[in-house]
Amino acid sequence: MSQKNDQPNMKRREFLGKTIAAASVATIAPGVMLTVARAGSDEGASGATRWGMLINTAKCANGCSACVDACDKENGIDLLTKPEGQSDEMWNAQRPQWIRKVTLRDKQTGVVSNLPMMCQHCEKPPCVDVCPTTASFKRADGIVMVDRHLCIGCRYCMMACPYKARSFIHSDIAEQVVQAPRGKGCVESCNLCANRIDGGAATTACQDACAAQGHHAILFGDIKDPNSAISKALKTFESKQIRADLELNTGVRYTNV
Amino acid sequence: MAKMHYRELWCDSPRYWGGLALLGFIILLGMAATYYMEHNGHYVTGMSNQVVWGVPHVFALFLIVAASGALNVASIGSVFGGPMYKPLGRFSGLLAIGLLAGGLAVLVLDLGRPDRLIVAMTSYNFKSIFAWNVILYSGFFGIVAFYIWAMMDRRYGQPYYKPLGFAAFFWRLALTTGTGSIFGFLVAREAYDAAIMAPMFIIMSFSFGLAFFIITLMSAYWWAGRTIGDLRLAKLKNLLGVFVGAVLYFSAVYHLANLYVAQHDGVEMFILAGGNAYSSMFWLGHVVVGGVIPLFLLYSPAFAASRMAIASASVLVLLGGFFQMYVIVIGGQAFPMNIFPGKEVIASSFYDGVIASYSPTMAEIMLGISGIAIAMLLVAVAARMLHVLPENLEDPENPECA
Repeated sequence: MSQKNDQPNMKRREFLGKTIAAASVATIAPGVMLTVARAGSDEGASGATRWGMLINTAKCANGCSACVDACDKENGIDLLTKPEGQSDEMWNAQRPQWIRKVTLRDKQTGVVSNLPMMCQHCEKPPCVDVCPTTASFKRADGIVMVDRHLCIGCRYCMMACPYKARSFIHSDIAEQVVQAPRGKGCVESCNLCANRIDGGAATTACQDACAAQGHHAILFGDIKDPNSAISKALKTFESKQIRADLELNTGVRYTNV
Repeated sequence: MAKMHYRELWCDSPRYWGGLALLGFIILLGMAATYYMEHNGHYVTGMSNQVVWGVPHVFALFLIVAASGALNVASIGSVFGGPMYKPLGRFSGLLAIGLLAGGLAVLVLDLGRPDRLIVAMTSYNFKSIFAWNVILYSGFFGIVAFYIWAMMDRRYGQPYYKPLGFAAFFWRLALTTGTGSIFGFLVAREAYDAAIMAPMFIIMSFSFGLAFFIITLMSAYWWAGRTIGDLRLAKLKNLLGVFVGAVLYFSAVYHLANLYVAQHDGVEMFILAGGNAYSSMFWLGHVVVGGVIPLFLLYSPAFAASRMAIASASVLVLLGGFFQMYVIVIGGQAFPMNIFPGKEVIASSFYDGVIASYSPTMAEIMLGISGIAIAMLLVAVAARMLHVLPENLEDPENPECA
């Protein structure tokens, strides 16, 4: 097609107009569908409660991974499979890990300790501060989690979390469990088994598994309730926050570390 | 005083369409790379839960930073009253919009869920620098578009020229402060968490933006067979030299300040003397290629009249800037976070205490390069359609009142 004059081509304008309209619909439609999907899903958590955890590292056994296995099962992480052709090392770096076992040695004294590391459920969570869409949020009862309807997968929360507690879903999901919906391209982390707690349970999967092994290193409960076991333990034993220097007032505390 | 005439960028067809076709092809490859990454998920990239932002972020931030800097030429013309820069204002605004669009395209296409862009536009967390940036970036497009209009429409736009010039200048400062603060406000990682990140990003934007401006201006005039005067180029060249020096200065202060903090010794040794890819990129890429060599090319009397030297220096500034951004973004993540101060990690399934490995895949690199192509395509098309480039940029007889 050759056009010698510089008069605008109206057909082209019409085409451009329609293209822009189609692109706009394609951009807006998923958002509208989301809003519809979210309708009526609001149920409040109480601010009179603050869920927390106390971990006694002296009781955390070397080589035991019962808490990790239980978490993987509870949240369907064990259903994820390594994508074909991916190396083990890369898969380990990419697969979600809500809770992990870490073995530490004190640089000065040489004392070795084991502990489970997960989202510390900060009172002032950096992940919530940086999230552009409010997908990363803190419930009134102190549980920090991700609204996977709002997460756009920007991974800024992963940059901000001082505990490396967050995982991004790098590949397609073939199977998942009802209580822990999961989607490729979104971020997730430990939510203190919010589904169980909201259903009336008093323990998390990791705590149950640890107790079943006879270690009893994990104690979960309401730290605002003075009569709860965790509150009493916190009053009795000296406990620490990890990276206490950041003053995030974590909901997860450790003793003997 | 001769009136400045602006005309569409006109050059013979094969040259123009050939250039566009090449850019279009690169963009097509970038789109294919995006489809590949989004269809499979990010597992096909080098990114992981250890290094969460990869090469696409390096390209995106590099372009976004350069975008705000590209507007400087216009700002010098209108805010600081530099007569030699005034005729370049329209093109400066156009380039700024193009670079920002290219950078944002890469940023958005690297999201885990780019289809949820509307969520980012409708659900805001006003405490988040990212959310602020969404506003700052959109506002930048709007303000600069108006600014270009005020420069182009001599009849109706003239009264708004000055106020819009000031607004655009302050907006661009805010924008780069926002971009730098993405890192500056991250308390978790030792390489970041420094207020100097924001001003450092501003000075980086001055340098990268001007380098982009010089290269695109020279290419456009070569493309269209128009001429640029020596004096005008010499002004741009000297300014670039000052900016390159300033970037080195800020980089030095940033690293020296970090070295002073015992807690940050580890990350500084890793970047400055780690004997790894990041330390090579820092010294060879950022300092030598992006700083020392361009300074030599710009200020050595041997190259005083060489246009080749100006063009080469600008390209090197961009290359060095890219490496600098790579070291900041990827190097800062590769160094392990000090989650357990005073402790040594003996075992962890999640790479605690270990330097994270990252090697970018071809798809990531293609997406990043297509961001530059998007910027250049927008500029090439708009310069062909709008009166943004002066018909000639010969030096005025009296440079003080050109």
